[in-house]
Amino acid sequence: MSFSSDDIKNVATLARLHVDEEKVEKLGQDINNILALVDQLKAVDTTGIEPMAHPMDAVQILRADEVTETDQREKFQACAPATEEGLYLVPKVIE
Amino acid sequence: MLDKSIKELSEGLQSGAFSSVELTQRYLDRITRLDSRYNSFVTVDEASAMAQAKAADARIAKGEATLWTGIPLAHKDVFCTDGLRTTCGSRMLENFVPPYDATVTANFKQAGAVCLGKTNMDEFAMGSSNENSYFGKVINPWSDEIERVPGGSSGGSAAAVAARLAPVATGTDTGGSIRQPASFCGITGLKPTYGRVSRYGMIAYASSLDQGGPMARSAEDAALMLQVMAGHDPKDSTSIKQDVPDYAAALEQSIKGLRIGLPREFFNAQLDSRIQNILQDAIKVLEAQGAIFSEVSLPNVELGIPAYYVIAPAECSANLSRFDGVRYGHRCEAPEDLMDLYMRSRSEGFGDEVQRRILIGTYALSAGYYDAYYGKAQQVRRLIKNDYVNAFGNVDVILSPTTPSTTFGIGSKGEDPVQMYLEDIYTITTNLAGLPGISLPAGQIDGLPIGMQLTGNYFDEARILNVAHQFQNATDWHTQAPHGIHD
Repeated sequence: MSFSSDDIKNVATLARLHVDEEKVEKLGQDINNILALVDQLKAVDTTGIEPMAHPMDAVQILRADEVTETDQREKFQACAPATEEGLYLVPKVIE
Repeated sequence: MLDKSIKELSEGLQSGAFSSVELTQRYLDRITRLDSRYNSFVTVDEASAMAQAKAADARIAKGEATLWTGIPLAHKDVFCTDGLRTTCGSRMLENFVPPYDATVTANFKQAGAVCLGKTNMDEFAMGSSNENSYFGKVINPWSDEIERVPGGSSGGSAAAVAARLAPVATGTDTGGSIRQPASFCGITGLKPTYGRVSRYGMIAYASSLDQGGPMARSAEDAALMLQVMAGHDPKDSTSIKQDVPDYAAALEQSIKGLRIGLPREFFNAQLDSRIQNILQDAIKVLEAQGAIFSEVSLPNVELGIPAYYVIAPAECSANLSRFDGVRYGHRCEAPEDLMDLYMRSRSEGFGDEVQRRILIGTYALSAGYYDAYYGKAQQVRRLIKNDYVNAFGNVDVILSPTTPSTTFGIGSKGEDPVQMYLEDIYTITTNLAGLPGISLPAGQIDGLPIGMQLTGNYFDEARILNVAHQFQNATDWHTQAPHGIHD
């Protein structure tokens, strides 16, 4: 398929990215080129082939449900843009 | 001192020929003096490096030293370092100081190595030229009259090792990001088997493909680095519980009778005849040591790049959704509401290539397209893996080019991102299959280095390091240095 300007804007919103109006056309062209590359996959017969999620087909390892981490909230929040009393600050969500 | 191996540096430190403080200062001075040419470092940690060197000297004096005690190295800026800024080459993390260490950096710290600083890279490890860094492009120390790229994404690490600004450096490889810069900068770089090295604290790009590995001047140094890096880590559930062999011990094994495969699909008319000749010469060197060559077929490898450009962007779009401008990373000024905060923080924080891949990935994973793109690519991925499994039924190692050319000029790939993507044609299938691969210098074209790639079976890093070491015993391509870097 070919990507239109509206498609770019829709996908950008899903990805939480703001795309400047003057960049939409070039971006659409880039993405169409990449999709043309990727579309080579469509011609491949993959009937009955199990999708490969892990090279060794490993499955998720479970550990015992024990407390292993200590509370380091202050250290972890030291790199946050805005915090107050141990909470992350964001713009008002509910009026 | 600049051309000494890790083993020789360690012997020098422990015999008292020089101290870690002297050695570390020497490298820090070189970075100060020379790195304005290459821009290979994003952050140099002088005070902490000197403190680590002093502590190492104290341990050496007490007779408590081990191989890595007091040896300086650099880390790609994708590995989190506790208390030391980690940018991933992005404005998004321009001021990010991690509250913890990656397992890889913690392992080197534990081994007594001294961290000189963090090396430049393509933003979030996305790129094959190191032109995508928010902190500026890296210049290949081998540049002639043209300013050339070091390759990417581990371009800073490769340039730093080639220019002798660090004895060794860590890198990461998702589609060729260790091996391609190693080829372009005339060094040795290894991507381990997926799951061999912990990804904990390694900022994620494409989680099912990313793998950290060593970048060094020789296979021997790479083997010693891998010894520190490899092993199961409870903090990375995708790391594999498998014993780590003694990599250094395996280096000296004879390769007599070793079966090496040459993939028909890589040795074709599209391969530059000069690279073809260099590889033929390399084959003769290995044949003289008793290796037996035969042709193998990997019929689906041409699908590697298309499959990668679904899988990697899809995983990147999921991984990079964590950058929300709330918990850490860049936050826009005066957001109007939460949506505005997310959208502006992310579009200001991420560069063009990162945004392109997030968009591709978001599209590929969006409702109605998942099976057609991600599901299909994962099926093709298995076909590629099966090709390798079949080939390894007949051979022990696969030899191929690493890159389709030597280092190219900065800006020479133009505006179409697809042109850059094709750079990884020989390396990308190794990541898709999860296999280990090493690139080592095999020759030069017009005074520029070019690598060859050895791919091993799963967890057979020791074997490809062994072959690389035997090749390096018989040749001196790996000891060549770019002009103008010695004191």
